[in-house]
Amino acid sequence: MKILYFAWLRTTIGKSYEEISPPDTVRTVENLLDWLPSLGEDYSIIQEKRDLLRIAINQEYANLEQKIKQGDEIALFPPVTGG
Amino acid sequence: MIRVQESDFDVGQEIKNLTNGNHAIGGVASFLGLVRDIASDEEISAMTLEHYPGMTEKMLEEIEAEANRRWELDASLIIHRYGRMEPGEQIVLVITCSKHRKAAFESCEFLMDYLKTKAPFWKLEETPEGGKWVDARDSDDTAASRWIET
Repeated sequence: MKILYFAWLRTTIGKSYEEISPPDTVRTVENLLDWLPSLGEDYSIIQEKRDLLRIAINQEYANLEQKIKQGDEIALFPPVTGG
Repeated sequence: MIRVQESDFDVGQEIKNLTNGNHAIGGVASFLGLVRDIASDEEISAMTLEHYPGMTEKMLEEIEAEANRRWELDASLIIHRYGRMEPGEQIVLVITCSKHRKAAFESCEFLMDYLKTKAPFWKLEETPEGGKWVDARDSDDTAASRWIET
């Protein structure tokens, strides 16, 4: 599945998007947030700032319990500051 | 209508285009957001707005549809810019048109409040100490929460 990062998540992780292949045990958004830090040191920000993170699945806001599946477009980002 | 664009816009022209030929409209309310040169006591030389192409348009369309569900509007427009902007530049424009002023005023405020908490934009400010990502403000959540229907 494709995952996108924005704002300080993008600058800390050092990429704006990537293809990821989490194991079958990763079924929900919450599972994904638990698994992502295993990808490397730069991903520890996901653990550190977890309470701040917003998640979208296929461009709609999602909650922690929501299921994820192959082919989904996932996005992780900080609280929005437009306007 | 919604538009997400890098280029500047002309407020007068946008209002004219929106109301042109629609004589049911009796009132137009608008909000124009500008880049400030000071934030949290720090000088800002410019800011860059990042967004999530695709989701931004989707969210703005949803917000606009919600305003049209709650108020009887004859026309509405949201323009939000992205990219680098300097103090004084226009960032965002919301225009609402209705038969009477109440619906126009209220829906315009609703659209700005919702946009600030839902549309995926992020501001990076250029300060003397370097680039700083703007933190979300609780007051924006409070402003948006007063529109929750009970």
